[in-house]
Amino acid sequence: MISFELDEEHAALRDSVRQFARDVVAPVAFEHYEQHSFPYEVIRQMGKMGLFGLPFPEEYGGMGGDYFALCIALEELARVDSSVAITLEAAISLGAMPVYRFGTPEQKATWLPRLTSGEALAGFGLTEPGFGSDAGGTQTRALLDGDEWVINGSKAFITNSGTDITAFVTVTARTGTRPDGTPELSTIIVPNGTPGFTVAPGYSKVGWCASDTHELHFDDVRVPAANLLGERGRGFAQFLRILDEGRIAIAALATGLAQGCVDESIAYAHQRHAFGQPIGNFQAIQFKIADMEARAHTARLAYYDAAARMLAGTDFKRQAAIAKLHASEIAVTNAREATQVHGGYGFMNETPVARFWRDAKILEIGEGTSEVQRMIIARDLGV
Amino acid sequence: MNIVVLVKQVPDSGSERGLSADDKTVDRGSANNVINEMDEYAIEEALKIQEAHGGEVTVLTVGPQQAAESIRKALSMGPDKAMHVVDDALHGSCALATSKVLAAAIGRLSPDLVISGAESTDGRVQVIPHMIAERLGIAALTGARKLVVDGATLTVERQTDEGYEVVTAATPAVVSVWDTINEPRYPSFKGIMAAKKKPVETLSLADLGIAADEVGLSGASSAVVEAGKRPPRQGGTKVTDEGDGGVKLVEFLASEKFV
Repeated sequence: MISFELDEEHAALRDSVRQFARDVVAPVAFEHYEQHSFPYEVIRQMGKMGLFGLPFPEEYGGMGGDYFALCIALEELARVDSSVAITLEAAISLGAMPVYRFGTPEQKATWLPRLTSGEALAGFGLTEPGFGSDAGGTQTRALLDGDEWVINGSKAFITNSGTDITAFVTVTARTGTRPDGTPELSTIIVPNGTPGFTVAPGYSKVGWCASDTHELHFDDVRVPAANLLGERGRGFAQFLRILDEGRIAIAALATGLAQGCVDESIAYAHQRHAFGQPIGNFQAIQFKIADMEARAHTARLAYYDAAARMLAGTDFKRQAAIAKLHASEIAVTNAREATQVHGGYGFMNETPVARFWRDAKILEIGEGTSEVQRMIIARDLGV
Repeated sequence: MNIVVLVKQVPDSGSERGLSADDKTVDRGSANNVINEMDEYAIEEALKIQEAHGGEVTVLTVGPQQAAESIRKALSMGPDKAMHVVDDALHGSCALATSKVLAAAIGRLSPDLVISGAESTDGRVQVIPHMIAERLGIAALTGARKLVVDGATLTVERQTDEGYEVVTAATPAVVSVWDTINEPRYPSFKGIMAAKKKPVETLSLADLGIAADEVGLSGASSAVVEAGKRPPRQGGTKVTDEGDGGVKLVEFLASEKFV
């Protein structure tokens, strides 16, 4: 009745992405990280092998897979490089998925084939300089002027919003006030290059250095009324669903990072000698690696469970929050421990675990902080 | 253009490999078995030709039952169908016998072009493409780093130690390729799903009209008499620079014929 064995197809996908990650992603990861450059060639090849279309149907250029297939791919990519993993995660969960889920037939036909092939990326503009997970506090406004939306405001930390291949950013904005006085929130597609829409230079980030993140400014930006994505006033409900799914994806990514820490530590334990023998002979190292593996394993089980519930159509809110909370916290722990195993080399940026250490922290913050996850879990338990 | 790609399942060259203690054949039971790396380049080349010129791509494998996994993986890259020759009597076959089986199977498919990797990472004899061509009475263009199809004319750049040779032949022909020829694609999820439904025809030696004693260990033209572990790597030469380090380095390189 209970099985966490992957079926043949998901196992084959995992193997395919694992090989790709090892052959194509890993060799250039450090260079892009160091130079804060976006890995266009890697992204192009990921597009070619269909990763950007994983959970979408073939009629939109997708692979006909499911959200779990995406999670498997994210885990394998994050085992070697979180920057490309988050680029893929955001491109699908935050870029293409809202269009697929809430778009009109015209919007889907216009945007999805380019997004699912990886030729184009889209960003999701939710967070603002003054507001994070508290989307009710959105200050960006959109007013209907004839048959055009006029948008004013700013967005912060928007992934994939400023690459050479970014097609548009979906922006959440106040489009009015409800009878009860709360803001009416809607989502609107704003193509890059629209006059008044400016993309600030990339941030200097602690981690995810090869991923594309910007602050965005909207100054009397005009787009057609038809660019409204989904129902007017449903922006809040729409993004909640997007975030619940996204948590499982981030949990998968965090699991990959945690597993990558195990991979690197095992290799180093065999290779590095101290006191005349490989450091893997020392119990201090063995126990660290055993604990890391145990943490990565349990994180994987938690996200598999959340994904299974989601695909089965049952409630998965609490399980997604648990998976995200657990995986992100153990990712930080594993990265710290793997760095310790590597000693001084672990403090050098060119050592993969050093990158993992820098990449891990954001996992406890993005897509809902650990505190928000605990709030969700507690509320779901009725306290 | 109909193409047959030869795909062999081999023990992963990246992990520990060995010979079986009893009959000194390649130990496949305990190994992590994968598609011979060079064959992935052959598959990619076949798919590129198919994309440009149409036709059908068939994967052909001679190997034990477990090779079915590699066939499925090969199909997930894009070929249309596969043929798997599997027979217990094949165990321990030499290159000559294997080429006989492959040639018989290719004869049933009558392709315009046969593409294979230039060598397998287990046997490494590089002779199978030549042997097949000889048995079928068609041209062999081996060791290609580039292949151009123009109607019924094939032109390859044949990689050599000194550079390359340009060789042409008319179809049908056998072409073997090195890993310099392309970059193999990674199976997509759509390809993986599609591969499940692709036909794989399974044939025995009897189906090909080959007697069991013509192949296998008993019918082999060569035998492994003895095998041992590769000797451990010798310690290198240390050059201490006493003002003449450069000269000593060049002397060493010259003695090893690097310069």
